[in-house]
Formats: sequence, C-alpha cells, structure tokens
Amino acid sequence: MLKITNVKKTFNIGTINEKMALNNIDFKMNQGDFVTIIGGNGAGKSTLLNMIAGVYPIDAGVILLDDVDISRLAEHTRAKYLGRVFQDPMRGTAAGMEIQENLALAYRRGKIRGLRWGITKEEKELYFERLKELDLGLENRMSSKVGLLSGGQRQALTLLMAALQKPKILLLDEHTAALDPKTAKKVLDLTDLIVNEDNLTALMVTHNMKDAIRMGNRLIMMHEGRIIYDVSGEEKKNLHVSDLLAKFEEASGGEFANDRMMLS
Amino acid sequence: MNVGGVLLAMQGALTQGILWGVMVLGVYITYKILNIADLTVDGSFAMGGCVCAMLIVNKGFNPALALVIATLAGVVAGAVTGILHTVFEIPAILSGILTQIALWSINLRIMGRSNIPLLKVETIVTQLMAITGLSQPIATMLIGIVFALLCIAALYWFFGTEIGCALRATGNNEDMVRALGVNTKRTKMLALMISNGLVGLSGALVCQNQKYGDVGMGTGAIVIGLAAIVIGDMLLGKLRSFGSKLASAVVGSVVYFIIRAIVLQLGMDANDMKLISAIIVALALCIPIVLDKWKLKSSYTTGGAK
Repeated sequence: MLKITNVKKTFNIGTINEKMALNNIDFKMNQGDFVTIIGGNGAGKSTLLNMIAGVYPIDAGVILLDDVDISRLAEHTRAKYLGRVFQDPMRGTAAGMEIQENLALAYRRGKIRGLRWGITKEEKELYFERLKELDLGLENRMSSKVGLLSGGQRQALTLLMAALQKPKILLLDEHTAALDPKTAKKVLDLTDLIVNEDNLTALMVTHNMKDAIRMGNRLIMMHEGRIIYDVSGEEKKNLHVSDLLAKFEEASGGEFANDRMMLS
Repeated sequence: MNVGGVLLAMQGALTQGILWGVMVLGVYITYKILNIADLTVDGSFAMGGCVCAMLIVNKGFNPALALVIATLAGVVAGAVTGILHTVFEIPAILSGILTQIALWSINLRIMGRSNIPLLKVETIVTQLMAITGLSQPIATMLIGIVFALLCIAALYWFFGTEIGCALRATGNNEDMVRALGVNTKRTKMLALMISNGLVGLSGALVCQNQKYGDVGMGTGAIVIGLAAIVIGDMLLGKLRSFGSKLASAVVGSVVYFIIRAIVLQLGMDANDMKLISAIIVALALCIPIVLDKWKLKSSYTTGGAK
C-alpha cells in the first residue's frame, strides 16, 4: 500500500552543514502493517516520516500510497491520507481551544470545510464515547481548554484525533519520548488499542528498543539515511535488545556508543 | 467647567468609540485570533474613509453603497498584505508596513488631494435623520450600535463554522492545523481580508460621521485598536464566551474614546493622545512579563527552606 522508491533528501546542500538525511530509501509496507523504526540520532527516522507527510519536498524518488503518487503533494493535501502524532505534545493539539473543538477539527481532516457549524450535537456524542475509551476522564471535560491537560493527556488526545478519520497510515514520531515512563506506557497501550481497534497501518519511530520489539509486526533499523535491517513475523518476535545492539555495532563499525539509545 | 459641554463631549466620545469599535473588531481578528500584529490597519482605515468620501462627493454615490465599496477596498488591502505574508513569506509585521506605506500614496491618488469635506451631501446619518426625525447625535449613535452589533453577530457566527474554527486553530497551532488538512496560507489570507474589510468599513463610517475623508485619518489606528483591546480585556477579561470577547473589544474602544475626551476636557493637547495610547499598550504588554520575572525571583530561597 505504501511504496517508497529511491527517495533522497539532503539538507543544506552546498553548505558546510550539508547532511544527507535519506540515502536512496526503498521501502514497502502492506495494509495492516505496524512497523517500528529504530536508529541513532540523525539516522533519518524522523526525516522519513516527514517526507511521507510532506513537511519538506524530497530531492528525488517516488512515494506511492495505494498507487497514488503523493511525492509532490502539499502537506495539507496529503493530510487526508495521514494521521500524525508528534514528539512534542504541544504540537499535536491547539492549546487555546476546547477538547471537543480539537476533535471536531480532526474529524474534518480530508473533508471540505464550509460554512456549516464547526461542531454538531451528534459529533459530541461520538467524541464522548471515544474519549471514554481512553479512560482518562477527558469525556467529562470536553469543553475544557486543551492547554489545561498534561503532556500525556495531550498525546492521548492527539492519538485519538489522528485516528478519528481512519487514516491510510498513522505516523507516530517518537510520540512517547517526552513523557515519563509510566505515562509513556499508558500512551503506548492506547496506541496498541487504537491501532488494533481500527486495524490501522502504522509507522512508529522510537528510541526504546524494547518497545520497538514488543510493538507491531515488523521492525526496521536505520543508519545514516539507509534502512540497514528489516525484520518481521516470528523472527521479530524472538528478537532481543542484545541482537539489535549487535546489529548496530556492525552497522556503525564498532563505534556504537549512542547517546540516546536507551536500554530500558 | 461647563457641564453641558462635558456631556456633549462624552456623547460624542461614545459614538466615536462605537464607530471605531468596528475597526477594533478587525484588529481583534488578527491580533488575538491569528496572533499577528497587522499594521495594514492604519492604511486600510484611511482607505475606507478616502474611498467613501471620494465616491459620495466626486461620484455622487449612495452613502450606503459607498460603505460597501469601502469595505471591499479594505478587503483588497488585506489581501495584498496576505499575499506578501503567505505567498512570499515576508514576516507579518513587515508585510503590513509595506501595504500601509503604499496605501498612503494610493489614498492620495483616490481622493486626488489630501482631504475631501462631505458638506451639503447626503450621508447615512442625514438619511436616517430625514426618515426618523432623530437628532444628529442620536442618529449617529444608533447607526454605530446597529453596525457594531451586526459585525459582532456575523463574526460570532463565522468563527463557529468549519472554516472559522480552522481559522482560530491556525492562530493557535499552525503545524497541527496543516496536519489536519487545512491550507494555513488560505486561512491567514482570509483572516487578513476579513479584518481589513471591517477596518475599511469603520473608516467609512467615521468619515460619514465626521463629514470629511482625510489621508491622515488612519495614522495610529493600530495603536488605538490594540489599546482598546487591552482596555476591553482588563474590564471584561473574566467573561469567557467568544461573543463577550468580541463585545469587550467594542467596549474597550468606547472606554478609550471616553478617556480621550476626559483628557481633552482637562486641557491636554489632542496630539498627546497618541503618546498616551502607546503607553497604555506598552504597559499592558510589559506588566505580565515583569510580574512573571518578579515571581520567579521572589520565589527563590537559599537552601530550599523557608
């Protein structure tokens, strides 16, 4: 369903800060796949997600989504196919607007916005039910401003918003990295719940190798803008953190002492 | 002090405050909702007045139709700033300054001179007086109240619609809105157009009330707008509904012009009013920051013990 062919991206071309973020990426994903992505800093994980989402234009290559070429579509045009959750809990929601208003904005992703009311009574009932599933008590605070919520609550809400209109792909960019371990676990559990419930296709970047092994049905490892390891099914289930570390050592020529690869 | 004179001045201030209140609503859209300071306002306010005066005096237009065209002129001015800001990614403040400066020359071209008096021509005020037999001050105030209420009602409705919600969210979190499929360039553009349309309308209303259009009538309008929003926020900031926030912008405008009238009655030079407006806005922006810093400093204790 997602087919990435020969995608390249270099930042700051022609300057001293030139950095090849994606180096001829070829990647295919099937309907219902839940792929976790790991790799060190600057490996190109987030760039890969941003290229799919259209945050910056790619230098070369093709991104096909269900046989539609989305490589050159504007970010807001592609948004109709994609649900996104960011690392920074502040980025996924509008702090100055109510919880239900945020959901109503997400409910209209991919639809033409006109002069009909921005939120209807039936919708509110739907939002109440969906918020209840999160089990955070948010269903009783639907007219509270999102700015009053904690980071974990905001990430949970963003997840719900991303899935409210079923996306073709859910893009999760280290969406638990800014949370404390307990909250991170809660948000990951919700991620599993939402992905399974709607049978979503998802890509999740993480720095936590245990999570990367535990979640999803396929795992890829990136290094210097390339996919260096791709494992799925039974083989992935039987992976251990030590296997991944060994892979890393191998890929980086033994210099592995990465700052943010956590072993927790 | 002459009591009758004071009352008359207050009544005039009230009317002026309401008519300028329509402009403040426009500034509210950009400053509070879109979260940018749009300096086009000085130019588009004068443009509204100049277009209105030119059409009524030189072309013999119906004064109500002149209001409509002045509003559209404001919309176009907003669109120019919008294009500079969204398509060419010039910072919002600079885009507004460029349009504002350009409008000075354009407004002079529109009128052909720097001032057109509206003497012996019909305005919406004289028309209303002829129909109802009301006195001029009452008729003007009535017109102001009707326009302000209509604008508040229209904005209240608009910002509740799907497009309006997307626009509010654009001022809140652009990244998120784009990820939810909204073209934020378009929403910003729309906000600037609506805002400057209201500003142009207000300029035309003020022009018909004061009976002249002048190329300099918009000078400092943005600061008056910001001061009025700040005052309205201070007085009615506790009210949370969107409608009351819009109303507080107009109330702020009225209070601003009443303060101004009092200051003038006390014998101050009218030219000092711009200094006072600037001080009001500067204080309103400084106080929260100074308070925050003071709180941080004063909460420091050595060793953590009290």
